[in-house]
Amino acid sequence: MALPPSAPDSVPVGRRRPALPFVLSGIMLIIYFGFIILVGYRQPLMGQQIVPGLSWGILLGALVIVAAWVLTLVYVRSFNRKGGA
Amino acid sequence: MPTFPLLLGAAVETVKQDLGHIGPTAKAFFFVFIALSLGITYWAAGRTKSTSDFYAAGHSVTGVQNGFALAGDFMSAASFLGIAGLVAKSGFDGLLYSTGFLVGWPLVLFLIAESLRSIGKYTFADVVAFRLNQTPVRIAAAVGTMAVILCYLIAQMVGAGKLIQLLFGMRYEYSIIIVGVVMMVYVLFGGMIATTWVQIIKACLLLGGAFLMAVLVLSKFGFNPLALFAEAARLNNHDAVLGMATPNPPVNVLGPGSLVANPLDAISLGLSLMIGTAGLPHILMRFYTVPDPKQARQSAFYATGLIAFFYLLTFILGFGAMVLVGKKAIVAVDPAYNMAAPMLAGVLGGEPLLGFIAAVAFATILAVVAGLTLSGASALSHDLWVNVVRHGAAPESEQLTVARYATLFFGVAAVGLGLAFEKTNVAYMVGLAFAIAASANFPALFLSIFWRRFTTAGACASMWVGTLTAVGLIVICPSVWVDILHHKAAIFPLKSPGLVSIPLSFIVAVVVSLARRETTSEEKYGEVRQRIEAGGTSD
Repeated sequence: MALPPSAPDSVPVGRRRPALPFVLSGIMLIIYFGFIILVGYRQPLMGQQIVPGLSWGILLGALVIVAAWVLTLVYVRSFNRKGGA
Repeated sequence: MPTFPLLLGAAVETVKQDLGHIGPTAKAFFFVFIALSLGITYWAAGRTKSTSDFYAAGHSVTGVQNGFALAGDFMSAASFLGIAGLVAKSGFDGLLYSTGFLVGWPLVLFLIAESLRSIGKYTFADVVAFRLNQTPVRIAAAVGTMAVILCYLIAQMVGAGKLIQLLFGMRYEYSIIIVGVVMMVYVLFGGMIATTWVQIIKACLLLGGAFLMAVLVLSKFGFNPLALFAEAARLNNHDAVLGMATPNPPVNVLGPGSLVANPLDAISLGLSLMIGTAGLPHILMRFYTVPDPKQARQSAFYATGLIAFFYLLTFILGFGAMVLVGKKAIVAVDPAYNMAAPMLAGVLGGEPLLGFIAAVAFATILAVVAGLTLSGASALSHDLWVNVVRHGAAPESEQLTVARYATLFFGVAAVGLGLAFEKTNVAYMVGLAFAIAASANFPALFLSIFWRRFTTAGACASMWVGTLTAVGLIVICPSVWVDILHHKAAIFPLKSPGLVSIPLSFIVAVVVSLARRETTSEEKYGEVRQRIEAGGTSD
């Protein structure tokens, strides 16, 4: 456990750290529940095809999966940039 | 002898007759892969020496390795057999499971993974109990854990039972008993842990197999997924005209369907799936196999990537099965559509691919079942027996005896429940396990990490209320009360309890905690934060 090197900036980092997980979790919740609410309340729209074979539902569903992965990438990258890990 | 491929429009009768005649090639491939998997388990189990090895692989697994292992644990029967089946049955509705099962992972990564590794030692109950009164918290956590595990076991048993039925053409009752026996043997004979290496290898095989199948499906549609989806939509209109597809007017398989006919069903399901991942005991346990919180973070990141890729493949596999195998053929083999993926493998690659995919799915189920049974057995023997019955002092040998009886209990219970739930789609069943996990475990875990005022009474109330409400609502929901217990109308209207049980569990936790302060808990909270922050930057 190499505590000393991180100790000097542990105050500002410590103060900022709780923000990032919650911000990213919030974004994930908004994206996913936005999708789920559309699925629940805009069913005809979700079934509509933009081009043959591609409905809004399938497009947005795939984008939710991609977005989830991108958010995890942002999170892990932010640690690597800080050099904290 | 016409076995697979089963082409569109193949008569139901033909399919039934062919069931017992899946050729020796598929069976041979099946046995070879099962033997290989058992061999690896045996080898890995031989390397397990200490308690720390046993529960947490000596904390020595790297982030990347653990990412694969997490993915292997998570991509169980439900993801592969269940989702492919649901998509083959109703298209877009099935994809709600693909998205829902995945979006929990970022939450696990952002909020839980590192904290778990910083505070606990072996199980998530370590984290909840860290600053609270150990005994009542561990009892409540054990009860919640067992409810989740039993529900999850049902799905695995049904999936495995159906696979054996498909491959060997025997009756479902016999297949499920065989699966139960094999499962017990697997747990007792060296396979005492679904070891990390076994899961890593299976994750690779499952991902590789699914990817190969997706490529083969797409090769029939000019490598354009949209052509596949368009064909699925066209076929379903056609089926509806012929009176084959379920309701009229014609079903649009590219949009929301009967699963979420009630918008609240969509929200309840979504909430359960998203929160549930962060409350699954056997998944949380994996974060202790890595040496430090940084590796825990890495492993959650890799797991998310692998699982995301896999779930995107389920879009192709599900619609591929719908178009290339055909609903009629799938439903003839299993009305719950659980066999869509193996049947698609048979159509695409003949018997070798069918045998391979069936073996990978079966071996994955065995490993998951072994892991689940063990976490259930340890909850029973360690938390309940030692803490409650023997007040904290029981000799090692007695614990082991209790653990063996617990394993037996889970085995028998799994067979019984597997028989009762034969007609259930396994992805739906796992969705229910997620709902219990989300209600019973997640609120207490989350609040113990992030809320200073959290108390023992609040944690216990939350876990008990979460478990009992979720299980109770499942019993009186349409899928169990009407479909399995054959009552006329369901008491609870939604197919998933999450919308009620998860908020209730949170509210109870907060209200009970606010009612009476617990100073020791507040004092120790500083240590919790300190450990998490130190863990985040060092190493």
